[in-house]
Amino acid sequence: MSILYFLIGCSVVLALIFLCAFFWAQRSGQNDDLYTPSIRILLDDDDENDTEK
Amino acid sequence: MMIISETINKTQCYHCGDDCLSTNYIVDNKTFCCFGCKSVYQVLSVNKLGNYYSYNDHPGTNRANTDTRFDYLNEPDVIAELIDYRDDNISMITLYIPQIHCSSCLWLLEQLHKMNLAIHYSRVDFLKKQLNVRFDHHKINLQQLVELLYNIGYEPAISLHDVIKKQNAPNKDKLIQKIAVAGFCFGNVMLLSFPEYFGISVYEQSFRHFFGWLNILFSLPVVFYSGRDYFISAWHNLKNRVLNIDFPLALGIGVLFIRSVVDVFINNDPGFTDTLCGLVFFLLIGKFIQKKTYYHLSFERDYRSFFPVAVNVLVDGAEKPVSLSQLNTGKRIIIRNNEIIPADAILLKGNAIVDFSFVTGETLPVSKTLGEIIYAGGRQTGEAIELEVVKSVSQSYLTQLWNNEAFTRDKDNSNQTFNEKISKYFSIILLVIAFGALFFWVPFDYKRGLAAFTSVLIVACPCALALSTPFTMAAALSIFDRNLFYLKNTRVVEQLASVDTIVMDKTGTITNNNNNAINGSIEMTALQQQLIYSACSNSLHPLSKLICKHLNEMPKLTIDKYEEIPGKGIIATIGGHKILVGNSSLVFAQFQQTQGVSIVHILIDDNYLGYFTTQHTFRTGLRDVAKLSARHYDLFLLSGDQDHEKKSLMRLFGSDSNLLFNQSPQDKLDFIQNLQTQNHKVMMIGDGLNDSGALKQSNVGIAITDDVNNFSPGSDAILDGRSFKKIPAFLGFSKDAVKVIHISFLISLMYNLAGLSYAVTGNLSPLFAAILMPVSTVTVISFTSIATHLFARKRKLI
Repeated sequence: MSILYFLIGCSVVLALIFLCAFFWAQRSGQNDDLYTPSIRILLDDDDENDTEK
Repeated sequence: MMIISETINKTQCYHCGDDCLSTNYIVDNKTFCCFGCKSVYQVLSVNKLGNYYSYNDHPGTNRANTDTRFDYLNEPDVIAELIDYRDDNISMITLYIPQIHCSSCLWLLEQLHKMNLAIHYSRVDFLKKQLNVRFDHHKINLQQLVELLYNIGYEPAISLHDVIKKQNAPNKDKLIQKIAVAGFCFGNVMLLSFPEYFGISVYEQSFRHFFGWLNILFSLPVVFYSGRDYFISAWHNLKNRVLNIDFPLALGIGVLFIRSVVDVFINNDPGFTDTLCGLVFFLLIGKFIQKKTYYHLSFERDYRSFFPVAVNVLVDGAEKPVSLSQLNTGKRIIIRNNEIIPADAILLKGNAIVDFSFVTGETLPVSKTLGEIIYAGGRQTGEAIELEVVKSVSQSYLTQLWNNEAFTRDKDNSNQTFNEKISKYFSIILLVIAFGALFFWVPFDYKRGLAAFTSVLIVACPCALALSTPFTMAAALSIFDRNLFYLKNTRVVEQLASVDTIVMDKTGTITNNNNNAINGSIEMTALQQQLIYSACSNSLHPLSKLICKHLNEMPKLTIDKYEEIPGKGIIATIGGHKILVGNSSLVFAQFQQTQGVSIVHILIDDNYLGYFTTQHTFRTGLRDVAKLSARHYDLFLLSGDQDHEKKSLMRLFGSDSNLLFNQSPQDKLDFIQNLQTQNHKVMMIGDGLNDSGALKQSNVGIAITDDVNNFSPGSDAILDGRSFKKIPAFLGFSKDAVKVIHISFLISLMYNLAGLSYAVTGNLSPLFAAILMPVSTVTVISFTSIATHLFARKRKLI
């Protein structure tokens, strides 16, 4: 059963990685603007050959 | 001819979607309503950015009345104030652009680098209506950047007192991070506690130590990082001799932690870490939900965010931009079309037609004669005027209002919320019970005494109580929000419930801004009507538009001669008839001042036909609001105008004792203050800068506006004009919300009593605490949200 020590250690480390990832996202401003990207994704990339006005 | 004019009337501007009144602006088979719209289109098509028009129909905003200059953006101190970051090559700036409203705006503003290579990057934040630009300041300066934005129809609102920017600055309290840590620890601790709940067999005791030890480790960040604020706040309040809800909470957290450490390391018991982490996690969620941010609204505005940054001053015949703080009396200033007069000044040159809508709510521009003093806050429409400043900016008639102590005082302290009131007694009773249990057991068994003492503090920790207010208020706020009523914070709901006196401004508040009606009983033949219509349809003056609307749409006649004299009226010759439409100085060659109402006289071929007058239409629902007086509310009306509308108002308000006219901004403030000294809780509803003092002084100040993106004075709440009729329902609902808080308090108290009856015996098991706390929390939260929604449905708010 002592494998449990190892498994719990693994799960805690894994969870800590996710927590750190969240902190990183928060610090780098990824959650600052949660609305604009939803519009931005609908806009087409520019086509240089597009002659439509 | 008639058919052509019909189709022209129906064409919409390709840029902004307004009706095109003339055929002067046609490019590439596309019609535009004005030069401004046309030039935006041209700028965009030259830069191959025509896609702008393919995402939305008529994405632009009307540009008819713009003539702005940005010289002041070359002043180094102005630049330093506005720019976020600057190094040798790169500058970064955040600009607030109120026009941002659709995906086309977003697309175009993020293509700025295609129009000017010196712009490296531009990013829009749609909800905050902000544009982030990074540019090379050697190749393009700030003025050129702003002019570029102006040319494509997105003029940034630049103000040194940038409240929106300040409000949207990233939060320093790191609440989200704290919730993340608390949630992480809570989840792990719960998982590690399960074996204990189900029982650990004798030969697995080593696990028990391991789990307990890990749990303590996990609760360290919860107590010392996530829960830190509760200790700080409780300590501060104790120093100020106030017992608020944070005191029993901090006590609960502290006792839970110490007891758990003792249990795990000394008594070899499981401890209460699961309860501890859950408690902090739920409390922080409550804190989070209470904070509602409206990115596009600001409740803290004053005249500074409305006034320009700088004004053009005449120095030796040349114009020079001077920032407002350096504008002294005696200086001569030039105010162009659409610019705001920043200080009280005497008109020296030019035709002043001043729009005071932001100040008084009156939409029709007022014309001023030479030598007259023009009060600060008006917006000039028409040609450039020259003025001499007679009072400095902060001492002007309007702006001196902000020197009043109402603006420096922190008004939140005056009103205690239910939560604050109750937590004082709660804390005292809690301490009495805890010490009572301690002293009861100590003579027999000191260990049991200590156990009972800590158990009481753990069980009675008012988690549910602390959560009932935020959850109820957050639900109430979102219901108000759905009805276009935006509250500054949750505290306002409780103050709204305590209101017993309602004071209203007149112009713009109970009258409709955009919907002035023309009143005129002129007998006219069909031809005369057509003549007047044809003459007026050429003018952009609001009164001409109203007359056209009043006469209904009809075919236009060809105009032979047309002249519009600013501040006077129209002289036109149509089919041999001479038509004069205008005020008395045009028609009778002598000027009669008429207060409040605008009178438009009509003269055709030297025959005087009569006149039109404007009449305010009242907002729909004013009758319902006026009926509040029957529901134990005192109603007052404060107007800056003369009393010529007294009669129609008296019918609504019943008596004339509550109608006050000729009130200056200071009078309004004093009136509210006077009511408050008589122990009234006053709600003020106003719309203009002249109501700012009263809004600030009142217990609840509501700024009413027809476009929430527009300027509104500093207030506790912003109400969209369309929801004016719902005010009675809002007041009723705020009372319901307070009722919900009271009931949920009783519910959480019952849980506490049930827990306490166990705790005083000193036999509190960790499992019991771990179940009781979440169960009580979930009950209270679900009760508050369900009850609030039921009440909202009853009031027909959802």
